[in-house]
Amino acid sequence: MPYDEALERFDPVLGLETHVELGTASKMFCGCPTEFGAAPNTQVCPVCLALPGSLPVANAEAIESTIRIGLALNCSIAEWCRFARKNYFYPDMPKNYQISQYDEPLCTDGYLDVVVDGRTVRIEIERVHLEEDTGKSTHVGGATGRIHGADYSIVDYNRAGIPLVEIVTKPIAGTDAMAPEVARAYATELREVMRSLGVSDVRMEEGSMRCDVNVSLMPRGSAEWGTRTETKNVNSLRSVERAVRGEIERQAAILADGGRIIQETRHFHEDTGRTTSGRSKEEAQDYRYFPEPDLLPIAPDRDWVASLKAALPELPSVRRARLKQEWGVSDLDMEAMHNADAIDLVEATVAAGAPAADARKWWMGELARRANEAGTALAELPITPGDVARVTELVASGALNDKLARQVLEGVLAGEGTPDDVVEKRGLQIVNDEGELSAIIDKVLADNSDAADKVRSGKVAAVGALVGGVMKASRGKADAARARELILEKLGVS
Amino acid sequence: MTELLRKTAAELGELIAGREVSAAEVAQAHLDRIAEVEPKVNAFLHVNAETVLAQARAVDERIARGERLGPLAGVPVAHKDVFTTKDMPTTAGSKILEGWIPPYDATVTSRLREAGLVILGKTNLDEFAMGSSTENSAYGPTHNPWDLSRIPGGSSGGASAAVAAYEAPLSTGTDTGGSIRQPAAVTGIVGMKPTYGGSSRYGVIAFASSLDTPGPFARNVLDAALLHEAFSGHDVMDSTSIHAEVPAVVEAARQADIAGLRVGVVKEFGGEGYQPGVLARFREAVDLLESLGAKVVEVSCPSFAYALPAYYLIAPSECSSNLARFDAMRYGLRVGDDGTRSAEEVMALTRAAGFGPEVKRRIMLGTYALSSGYYDAYYGQAQKVRTLISRDFDAAFHQVDVLVSPTTPTTAFPIGERADDPMAMYLADLCTIPTNLAGNAAISVPCGLADEDGLPVGLQIMAPVLGDDRCYRVGAAVERALEDRWGGPLLAKAPAL
Ligand SMILES: [Zn+2]
Repeated sequence: MPYDEALERFDPVLGLETHVELGTASKMFCGCPTEFGAAPNTQVCPVCLALPGSLPVANAEAIESTIRIGLALNCSIAEWCRFARKNYFYPDMPKNYQISQYDEPLCTDGYLDVVVDGRTVRIEIERVHLEEDTGKSTHVGGATGRIHGADYSIVDYNRAGIPLVEIVTKPIAGTDAMAPEVARAYATELREVMRSLGVSDVRMEEGSMRCDVNVSLMPRGSAEWGTRTETKNVNSLRSVERAVRGEIERQAAILADGGRIIQETRHFHEDTGRTTSGRSKEEAQDYRYFPEPDLLPIAPDRDWVASLKAALPELPSVRRARLKQEWGVSDLDMEAMHNADAIDLVEATVAAGAPAADARKWWMGELARRANEAGTALAELPITPGDVARVTELVASGALNDKLARQVLEGVLAGEGTPDDVVEKRGLQIVNDEGELSAIIDKVLADNSDAADKVRSGKVAAVGALVGGVMKASRGKADAARARELILEKLGVS
Repeated sequence: MTELLRKTAAELGELIAGREVSAAEVAQAHLDRIAEVEPKVNAFLHVNAETVLAQARAVDERIARGERLGPLAGVPVAHKDVFTTKDMPTTAGSKILEGWIPPYDATVTSRLREAGLVILGKTNLDEFAMGSSTENSAYGPTHNPWDLSRIPGGSSGGASAAVAAYEAPLSTGTDTGGSIRQPAAVTGIVGMKPTYGGSSRYGVIAFASSLDTPGPFARNVLDAALLHEAFSGHDVMDSTSIHAEVPAVVEAARQADIAGLRVGVVKEFGGEGYQPGVLARFREAVDLLESLGAKVVEVSCPSFAYALPAYYLIAPSECSSNLARFDAMRYGLRVGDDGTRSAEEVMALTRAAGFGPEVKRRIMLGTYALSSGYYDAYYGQAQKVRTLISRDFDAAFHQVDVLVSPTTPTTAFPIGERADDPMAMYLADLCTIPTNLAGNAAISVPCGLADEDGLPVGLQIMAPVLGDDRCYRVGAAVERALEDRWGGPLLAKAPAL
């Protein structure tokens, strides 16, 4: 069903479960390293392979990171809590139970504000808890790359035991047509919070941040929530948005036909933007949770928690509010910069000496256009904030005008060196020599006597054409303002 | 039997340190004894004479170089096959781990090696330490040296039998519900369950994590204390290990002075289900304590009545999860992997073939007790009972310094007698389980032979958490007085094998 029609008939309710792999030096319960990309099964030991007799020892740095995440998300930090065993059999889980947290999570009841189309939406956080990652199965043979139909499976336990923080939202209702954008804005904001805390590299493509997206629909006017599905395999921010949209459309079509939504796990497909059915959750799995007897309870010292809170870095939303104020821009400008991932770049350009308005103009204008053409992220362009600051400086000093400045940027992006190198090599200097400018003006006035007469007779607006002629004749190097003054002077109207 | 075999571990240690006898000679004497009696006793699952002699010669070389080693350097020890050993197979008495050689040593194993003890081999046990008779071993039962038709206790039955049969002067065990104290009692030797967390569980194949406690067996209290001291103490690899000094157990065993000590007799232990000969020896032991200057009072611990059911919910619950890792994926037995079956099918077939009936029974019990909808009624309720039992102990230890009881309600029963009656089997641990649930310390020392059957009876001495030294002090006092009375150790009365 088309999206607009779906939204006319149904009200979407979202829920997001996000897993973030912490960037600790060692795993959650053993001393193995956590680097991504090592040869399979080289970062393992008796503990993370679950050899008989081995025991877990909790990683203090991971507990600290989780508490900092909880504090950044405005959560309460438990005074006392425990790990719990989540029991289920799966070949990539060495112990056949996962050490996780159940009814006693480290952090509860927080929120994260996100801004979509100038509107602030408060996403309530239910809980933040700490657990361990599983190994990674690869299913070989078969058509789908999934376990069913595979010839055999191989497992890499390097990932087994990497600390994983799970952040669960409360149901998010009332976002209407904005639901997909809200989901994406939440994931984006969460990623930035993690980055600002320095707790994870949050690379969705490498799986160090993974979003499960829950969607349900309720008919307009109904108070009863619909059956939800949980979509996994959502590996980019864009996919978060697409997955929500796709699932709203799919569910709406089924419900409109009088069908029933099955509570299940679905898999998102990057290529089609659609989801396909996975494991049914109708027969709810019984995980037989119980407190992990191999580990002691965690009782974070209150003074320590307070000191962690005091030492939190400036959070992204606070920083954006500050920068908005400092730069004197509107909410929408700020949101545009945020969505374009330009805030860091603009801030660095300002720090390198550029006025905020100019820095924003270049990054969000010419450079955003170039990045778009090249199909790359702004930050990936081969130009530094220092280069951009230098260009604004050259414009401000009158050495360049905007047109020349664009050519300088083009040269820098083409690898011709620094802005000064490009100016030098391409000879892009405004004509400041009054004699040379005067000669050009004289020639232009002679060639355009009609326009000159109009100006003489008082139609000053006609001077624009003459200035244009001067700029053309100088191939853009003339200082347009100075040229205008000289023309008016020569025609005796100043 | 050569005189070396009758020496205590402390004496052997001194002789070896003084180079009056070599560790290799001592090891050889024990290997010869093992070769002689193992066909009757079946205490060991694995013995490799070459490895044993190599360890012994290495100790002799260190002594010859003038290195100062611990008091047990060169003394042989039999190691329960539930501790991982990187040079020997480790099976936990199960088919599912047949032939598995761990790539790492348990902390207790490494500490034995560091102290220069010579590991003779791995001893038999009930599969995954689940049982009270060693009949649940996948490798056949162990026989009680006092009467080969009877059980040696369990789960550490190989450990108790090896020491009682003079195959080793010392052995290691683990105690989850009585698995050290009960085998010690029924074979007439000393067995100690330290305070939970006082000895490391790292490398102990888990049965019930919140209960499992490694401890020593010996033929006398001082030897047990020496072994206790050698492998106990804080371990960073075990989060539940206690950050505290090991109680001064060796000193306590040497002092053996109990004048003025307050002793509590637990009122709830005794009466129906207790063998008269066991109760008679127990009462004599209490009288003995009084005669040695102790003040004896009766103490009530009403919650102990619920200890057995609580234990049979908590231990199976934990084991159902602990044993989930035996899935044929990474080690051990693999059944049915013929290229046509799914991983789940191979897991199921392997577990069906690899686990024995008692292990399966407990996995099913525990899986049920943890199920959603039953958790509160079973596991949750059992945890409350556990708290009540701890409170009973706390209240009792306000009044007295130690508590005493028979270690087991009966002497060693015949092999096969309770094999088909799990409930009767579970009763063997009636007196020992409360200590496991509360995590405190307890020892079993021999206190005579029952009149009906002439088999050994054990006296259990229970002390508060980290009061392990009290167990040794009282145990040594009882031992000294009784050996004076008997004219030697109780074990001297055992029939020759
Ligand atoms: Zn590891």
